[in-house]
Amino acid sequence: MPLMSLTGNYAVAHAVRLARVKVISAYPITPQTTIVEKLSAMVENGELDAKMVRVESEHSALATVFGAASAGARAFTATSSHGLLYMHEVVWWAAGSRIPLVMAVVTRAIGPPWNIHVDHQDIFDQRDTGWIIGIAQENQEVLDMTLQAFKLSEDPRVYLPVMVGLDGFILSHTRAPVDVPEQELVDEWLPPRRQPYVISPESNYVMGNIAPDEVHFLMRYSMHEAMEAAKTVIKEIDKEYGEVFGRSYGGLIECHNCDDADYIIVITGSWSGDAKVASDMLRENGYKVGVARIRYIRPWPKEELEELGSRAKGIIVFDRAISMGGYGPLYSDVAGTLYSNGGKTSLVGVIAGLAGVDVGAETFKETITSIIHKIEENGFFFEPQLWLLPKDYSSREKMMEVAKRWL
Amino acid sequence: MMIEIRFHGRGGQGAVTAANLLVDAAILEGKYAQAFPHFGAERRGAPVVAFARISDKPIQVHSQITNPDIVVVLDPKIFELVNVVEGLKNDGILVANSKEKPIDVDVKTYCVNATKIAKDLNLVISGWPVVNTTMLGALVKASEIVSLDSIVEAIKRNFSGKLGEANAEAARRAYVETIEC
Repeated sequence: MPLMSLTGNYAVAHAVRLARVKVISAYPITPQTTIVEKLSAMVENGELDAKMVRVESEHSALATVFGAASAGARAFTATSSHGLLYMHEVVWWAAGSRIPLVMAVVTRAIGPPWNIHVDHQDIFDQRDTGWIIGIAQENQEVLDMTLQAFKLSEDPRVYLPVMVGLDGFILSHTRAPVDVPEQELVDEWLPPRRQPYVISPESNYVMGNIAPDEVHFLMRYSMHEAMEAAKTVIKEIDKEYGEVFGRSYGGLIECHNCDDADYIIVITGSWSGDAKVASDMLRENGYKVGVARIRYIRPWPKEELEELGSRAKGIIVFDRAISMGGYGPLYSDVAGTLYSNGGKTSLVGVIAGLAGVDVGAETFKETITSIIHKIEENGFFFEPQLWLLPKDYSSREKMMEVAKRWL
Repeated sequence: MMIEIRFHGRGGQGAVTAANLLVDAAILEGKYAQAFPHFGAERRGAPVVAFARISDKPIQVHSQITNPDIVVVLDPKIFELVNVVEGLKNDGILVANSKEKPIDVDVKTYCVNATKIAKDLNLVISGWPVVNTTMLGALVKASEIVSLDSIVEAIKRNFSGKLGEANAEAARRAYVETIEC
């Protein structure tokens, strides 16, 4: 079958259709809206046999699919930015209840100032909730990761909800070729829904009751254990998906040019593609640079990064989010991981691309080259926060002057 | 090889749809392609930009296009507001909705009166001629990056019935009427 021309959002909708989801609920927000618009059309024209529940907010949207999923239905929702923050309380409820669910998060900056463009502030804000969090690079991967999310979430070793991140506009509204699998193949590959318990009017479960402190503690521990187990399940699913559908991505990280690399770029999301092109250009200039694209920020690919860190001269992390007063979130996790190697590897954290500020392959190349020069001149270089300011604002003074005017 | 195209228009003229249709046509031909809008605070009438990439290999980059091979301009008045040839490669092509060479630049330029074609075929929404499919016909004539047949097929897959036929005819007519200027 020829490839379809699909936006990232439509790729999500096709994955949800192929997973035969039974209940969908969502509230519109840019740049997510076209996911549920497409799903509504699919339900309306009979392509998808699902109940579409209209609600008044994102908090209710996730509560609705959480309820449906608790009652045994495969359920899905999607949101973005402020919508995701508004549903944040229920995000914790779903994970803590160990109810399998899938949600697409179209990554977008958080206001104010109002902004609809991509960064990763919204999805990293969910980092500690107990959801598995994947982030895709291309529309094809968006479809594959969403489809795999159902199997992953419903695996008895895992039983945790899964978020699939796709970059706002850069993927969500970009048309690109996507191979959409045949329904029969998906039906053979994706088992019927499994979940730890099913509530019904007759069942006598009490959800979310006050538990002894020790039980609460132990439930956190069991979620952490499930995350650890998910590492194995993600790799298994990635491998078998490759056997059935012809595409594997490498599990928790996808490595590009990593094998003999002196320097490793750690990055996630669509701009990883530009970083990969930069690494190819840098290799032509004699710099051995590889890209470790983080596919899952939770569970964190600690083992893979430890291994890469143990043989690289330097690790350069690109964050499209910032914990103001702290570090970039990817950087924090990488730094935590590298300490196991005694902190001998040079480490640099770059903050860039916030609010959709464009970063292309040339900019990656220049930035990485200057960092490599510092590492090679000094033998070691440590800089947790290198701000890659937008073009035309390339001094801190100029930046602050503009920021003050906007206060 | 990768070809990068930048479309300039006004909100409502269909620049984003033009990029999408071009990419659909390329995908029909088995090529790799990518179409994406640049959304700012755009609204109806304001200058807008859309991008497309076509390649024989998978496309990894997602950044905006700053050095296009081809610039397509949907609105003759945009030339007064925007430096449309900014970053255009020296051996690049400018495709303009214009009766004559719109700007004095040393760039291979193709012209077509797309507004007239769109009006003739009644491709008018709220009083605005929608010239996107017409300009795709002109783009194909100027560059041959995809075939006219593929453009027509992509148009018909996106617009059914009479609307699809009128848009397809607009592309065909522009293909005939576009000249180097």
